[in-house]
Amino acid sequence: MRKFLQGSEAVAEAVKLCKVGVIAAYPITPQTPIPETLAKMVADGKLKAEFINVESEHSAASFVLGATATGVRSYTATSSQGLLYMGEVIFNIAGMRLPVILTCTNRAVSAPINIWNDQSDSMALRDSGSIQFYCENHQELVDLHIQAYRIAEDKNIMLPVMVSMDGYILTHGFEVVDVPSQEDVDKFLPPLNLKHKLDVENPLTLGFLADPEYYMETRYAIQKTHEGVLKFIPQVVREFEGVFGRRSGGLVECYRLEDAEKVIVACGSVCGTIKETIEEARRKKKKYGLLRIITYRPFPLQEIYKALKDKPQIAILEKAVSLGAYGPLYTEIKMLFSQKDNKKLKREKRICGFIAGLGGRDITKDTISYIFKRLSQKQVDCEFVDLKPEYIE
Amino acid sequence: MMMKEHLFISGHTACPGCAQATAARLVVDSAGKNTIITNNTGCLEVFTSRYPESAWRVPWIHSLFENAAAVASGIEAALRYLGKKESINVITQAGDGGTADIGLQALSGAWERGTDILSVCYDNEAYENTGVQRSGLTPYGAHTTTSPIGAYSIGNPINKKSMPDIALSHGCVYVATATFGFLQDLIRKVKKAFTIKGPKYLQIHCPCPLGWGYEPNLTYRISKLAVETGLYPIVEYEYGKLISVRKIKPTPVEEYLKLQRRFRHILDKPEQIKIIQETANTNIERYGLKAEEV
Repeated sequence: MRKFLQGSEAVAEAVKLCKVGVIAAYPITPQTPIPETLAKMVADGKLKAEFINVESEHSAASFVLGATATGVRSYTATSSQGLLYMGEVIFNIAGMRLPVILTCTNRAVSAPINIWNDQSDSMALRDSGSIQFYCENHQELVDLHIQAYRIAEDKNIMLPVMVSMDGYILTHGFEVVDVPSQEDVDKFLPPLNLKHKLDVENPLTLGFLADPEYYMETRYAIQKTHEGVLKFIPQVVREFEGVFGRRSGGLVECYRLEDAEKVIVACGSVCGTIKETIEEARRKKKKYGLLRIITYRPFPLQEIYKALKDKPQIAILEKAVSLGAYGPLYTEIKMLFSQKDNKKLKREKRICGFIAGLGGRDITKDTISYIFKRLSQKQVDCEFVDLKPEYIE
Repeated sequence: MMMKEHLFISGHTACPGCAQATAARLVVDSAGKNTIITNNTGCLEVFTSRYPESAWRVPWIHSLFENAAAVASGIEAALRYLGKKESINVITQAGDGGTADIGLQALSGAWERGTDILSVCYDNEAYENTGVQRSGLTPYGAHTTTSPIGAYSIGNPINKKSMPDIALSHGCVYVATATFGFLQDLIRKVKKAFTIKGPKYLQIHCPCPLGWGYEPNLTYRISKLAVETGLYPIVEYEYGKLISVRKIKPTPVEEYLKLQRRFRHILDKPEQIKIIQETANTNIERYGLKAEEV
């Protein structure tokens, strides 16, 4: 059914359709409309779930860890400082191989305190073992949350999934969304059936101590599983299309790439602005394209390589920076083309890194046009775009 | 005593004379097999769950140092969702650091929400697992590696935090202290706790030969002396009301202090002993610990 929804409501609708049994949350801007909507659904009896107000994000993540380990599908959402505070638990959830789903409403990290959007928060947790999706629009919010449970709970995966959505832009903006029927979601998403759980009939010890004899293999296992996730996601996308009749999610999206000479690589809602800019430029015969990263962890190396190998000029546009180094995505894509087989590349390649939109600074079509233009001038690794010189000493 | 099959089995790697190991076994045995345990990081977790072995014969989960109460809350909510809450006990357990310091926020939340769990604190009065550092439950005057004695230090300069009072002010329906020194009392309290629905707190004094500096065969004697001096009052509250205390014929605190290396430095400092004796006297007064003369 088509509905005009706020992004946060769209997420709550998806969570409800996934028949989540336990929800724990702690308020942080701009995540609050999600738990608020879910709390009301529970209060009105529209969602049969335990909704618990906990005392911190650390406890919210721990709460859903415990509920999931007991075999009940669970959900939480957070942002920024809240995500960093949860960070310890997210690493732990991944290590314990529990299929917890959480939404990160992307927001800048303090200090200075700033409640507006960038992606420094979720990017900081890229090494946690959690799968990470970045949504472009409201439809993807619904679809990727449903897919997240399907992927996380697969017996060969058993890892948390973080679905990232840009704060305010997606959390508070309204769009028309096709909300699937319960019947279709039930067809796509079977009930959670954990093999290893807390059960008095079959007592297991979870969260053991692993000494040097055993620890390393547990990390290797997660690494191998991530490789498997790269193969599994396209299969889930096909299954999803079979049930819901639309293609949604996946590893990457190639937009106008076939003949593109200049490509921006980016993730999240900014891709909408990039697409519009590309359309306008195309009308002026400029061969621009976009590679949108949907799945950031596991990192879809091969798809990115395939999409970019013949492209002479590539700009990585990021709303995050690894301070003291470069944008995280830039580092990884640069690495891809620095390997030996670079020699096989047909043309000389320029890969530039741009940081934009930190702390909620608007990324406009002018910003995007500037980046496309800048790309043919000289190599830059980590250029902060749209800086205001009057504030720089 | 208990000839049945234990729910906490031998073969774990606790030190000789460890009070916590025995206390933990009695807690789970008294709770019974329909029990799920969450355990904070600490000695108990380390010596019972080293892969591929486990001492636990009930479902048991360890996540982090500070979050066992939040994990237990999640389990309790999940059991309620599954309609299994009535038949399953949930225990969250930790050492004194995991309870009174780093784990207090999660405990506070769980208690305030009225979560139907028993929180057990195995109080060995320091971070023994990491090598005897001071915690919020380390008593005044005790030497630890982070409250060392020295020319400018008499050891830990801070009084022990009163966790039972903190639990009571949260409205915990059952709050009790117990000790390795009186095991039948400990068993009774665990069983009693599970007859009451709501948040419950049980703090068990667990002497630690390694951390406190005494021979392992003295654990029992030291446990008893902690009670008999009035330094570790054994009390029991139901719905906020004090319903029982273990009566004592008060023994001077030196009898307790002199057996432990952690207090050796104050044995020749009467003014320090006086401070500790005053703590005992305050306890004796507050809880009415003194046995009536017959």
